[in-house]
Amino acid sequence: MANEILEDQIGGEYKYGFVTDIEADNAPKGLNEDIIRFISKKKNEPEWMLEYRLKAFRYWLTLEEPHWAHVSYTKPNFQDIIYYSAPKPKVQLNSLDEVDPELLKTFEKLGISIEEQKRLSGVESRIAVDIVMDSVSVKTTFKETLSEKGIIFCSFGEAVQEHPELIKKYMGSVVPYTDNFYAALNSAVFTDGSFCYIPKGVRCPMELSTYFRINASGTGQFERTLIIADEGGYVSYLEGCTAPMRDENQLHAAVVEIVTHKNAEVKYSTVQNWYPGDKEGKGGIFNFVTKRGICLEDNSKISWTQVETGSAVTWKYPSVILKGDNSVGEFYSVAVTNNYQQADTGTKMMHLGKNTRSTIISKGISAGFSNNSYRGLVRIAKGASNARNFSQCDSLLMGDKCGAHTFPYIEIKDKSAVVEHEATTSKIGEDQLFYCKQRGIDNEKAIGLIVNGYCKEVLNKLPMEFAVEAQKLLAVSLEGSVG
Amino acid sequence: MLSIKNLHASIGGKEILKGINLEVKAGEVHAIMGPNGSGKSTLSAVLAGREDYEVTEGSITFNGKNLLELSPEDRAREGIFLAFQYPIEIPGVSNVNFLKTALNEIRAYKGLEPMEAKDFLARLKEKQKLVELDGKLANRSVNEGFSGGEKKRNEIFQMAMLDPCLAILDETDSGLDIDALRIVAGGVNKLKSKDNATIVITHYQRLLDYIVPDVVHVLFNGKIVKSGPKELALELEEKGYDFIKEEVGA
Ligand SMILES: Nc1ncnc2c1ncn2[C@@H]1O[C@H](COP(=O)(O)OP(=O)(O)OP(=O)(O)O)[C@@H](O)[C@H]1O
Ligand SMILES: [Mg+2]
Repeated sequence: MANEILEDQIGGEYKYGFVTDIEADNAPKGLNEDIIRFISKKKNEPEWMLEYRLKAFRYWLTLEEPHWAHVSYTKPNFQDIIYYSAPKPKVQLNSLDEVDPELLKTFEKLGISIEEQKRLSGVESRIAVDIVMDSVSVKTTFKETLSEKGIIFCSFGEAVQEHPELIKKYMGSVVPYTDNFYAALNSAVFTDGSFCYIPKGVRCPMELSTYFRINASGTGQFERTLIIADEGGYVSYLEGCTAPMRDENQLHAAVVEIVTHKNAEVKYSTVQNWYPGDKEGKGGIFNFVTKRGICLEDNSKISWTQVETGSAVTWKYPSVILKGDNSVGEFYSVAVTNNYQQADTGTKMMHLGKNTRSTIISKGISAGFSNNSYRGLVRIAKGASNARNFSQCDSLLMGDKCGAHTFPYIEIKDKSAVVEHEATTSKIGEDQLFYCKQRGIDNEKAIGLIVNGYCKEVLNKLPMEFAVEAQKLLAVSLEGSVG
Repeated sequence: MLSIKNLHASIGGKEILKGINLEVKAGEVHAIMGPNGSGKSTLSAVLAGREDYEVTEGSITFNGKNLLELSPEDRAREGIFLAFQYPIEIPGVSNVNFLKTALNEIRAYKGLEPMEAKDFLARLKEKQKLVELDGKLANRSVNEGFSGGEKKRNEIFQMAMLDPCLAILDETDSGLDIDALRIVAGGVNKLKSKDNATIVITHYQRLLDYIVPDVVHVLFNGKIVKSGPKELALELEEKGYDFIKEEVGA
């Protein structure tokens, strides 16, 4: 087993760069009201949903792309993107036999075995998966098991049909379409995503997971995820993503919203592995994502854990609005950039309630010619008495052609607040590597060991299955970056 | 076991080792002494394969193999162990995990399966005892926040775990208190066998009271200028290096 992992690492190439040969049902390129009507119609949406989209679109037209992030790239041409692409035939999949064999093969390559899932379903199973390929959700597992507990876990499109009252109530309540350029775009053209509702007093018995895959060329992926934990509810949610290797830049602009009611808790973990582009910086995904949660009521908790290794350009700040008293927000992040990747990522913790607490642990690793920035905001509103924040931002540099930057912003409007900030920058030393080698450990393993040690506090927060995956991923991403 | 012939090595274009000759046989203990900056650590780094140094002339044979052709990790796997003068910290990586990785890499090189968890634990316990290493240190991150003496002791603990063929101890005694010195030296002695060898680099003859060398070498300005029995160490301690300078006409 250990050897297999090692071989994987030595292979070193982006493992998920294949393209699945599936016929797709595409919208024509470009963006206008007709395209939005087309998408809405394809999804058989009610009128109110279309209205929402159009409002968002009209608002988007008034906006300009943001420039403040510490990244540079050629602006996407929004008229040159396909906004809807569905693997054909799009059928309601009730049993495994109905799944397109090409799709099954894709899942196997991605390491998601539906067979396995099915085999386990009778027995003790730990992960339910929703798979979104290009614009549509193609498969959700374990729906029935979950629905026995009253848990709703389905594609966003399905939720619009089946649970319109929940969508109307919560969609846009955390990230309104007016929030920012990409949130507005997403609200206009989103095609699918995942929806999850945990009812009162229910602890979700398994990890819920969404797997996003961009397959078709020339498309963008615009999914939405909405997670609601009602009073006393708990869920741990995982998100994974990959894309084929293509010379073009593809745009991924997602919105994730989380709402926790009284005493509820949501843990959201991401292993982001979109195609990062090649060694010269050609191709790769533009990952412009808005993720935000609100601790709406007292004693609730939201934690974001992310391991970011993919994408050519990342722009993402999973945030928490701490509205309820005694609520807790956490952000644990590892962001790796190599070659010509650029990442501007961090979090916002908005303390509104009393006795609210937040923790930020950010570990940036830069290698090659890459640029890695941490941008964080801690805001303590007036009246948020006894709020506390602890932030730690560490940067690790590999080589001397890369950059690491930290932009911590702190706004305190309440005198009783206690805010602590620590930051370090270190270099992965030739000395450390040589020390490992002198003990018989080769370069690749040594880098893996050192980097995993450095990220330990964050990796420890991930669910087991994901942690192993993430460790491997870190080693692969940093392949050949030192020595 | 180890045969160094006319070894010249430089760093950044500056020659540090200027023709070293040294023969070490299995079962032997060699001590190397010499003033600061004479090249002792350089010699150990070159033996371990540090890439910053360029070997410009000469040869090193280790158990019949051309050592200079091997990567640093392969040298370690062949049985060369260097106890660093300044051990390195690796935050977040536990000593135990580090040693398990190292041990299994060395085993894999020899075509052996990874060590069973329970055997590994037993070995860990046994060697911990040998160097009287606090159990807490074994579980902490490699050398992170260790005191100077603890780091040195940890080097010997690692050596005990990895069971090398040739151990090079670069000033392992400096920074150790009297008791620790006795314990560490005792550990080294217990690990000694007729099949392995040790090179002890030190400034103090005191250590050589505990680890008794077969030969003492004096390294001066990149060359071994004098070799002799263990009494040579005493003489050095008494007279300092000046008499050597006079002898070699430096
Ligand atoms: N990177 C370097 N560039 C230039 N000179 C170097 C470099 N590294 C080491 N040296 C020099 O090489 C010489 C030998 O150093 P070395 O560390 O081998 O000495 P040593 O005998 O171990 O000394 P000590 O007893 O102080 O440990 C010193 O003069 C040192 O300054
Ligand atoms: Mg030295």
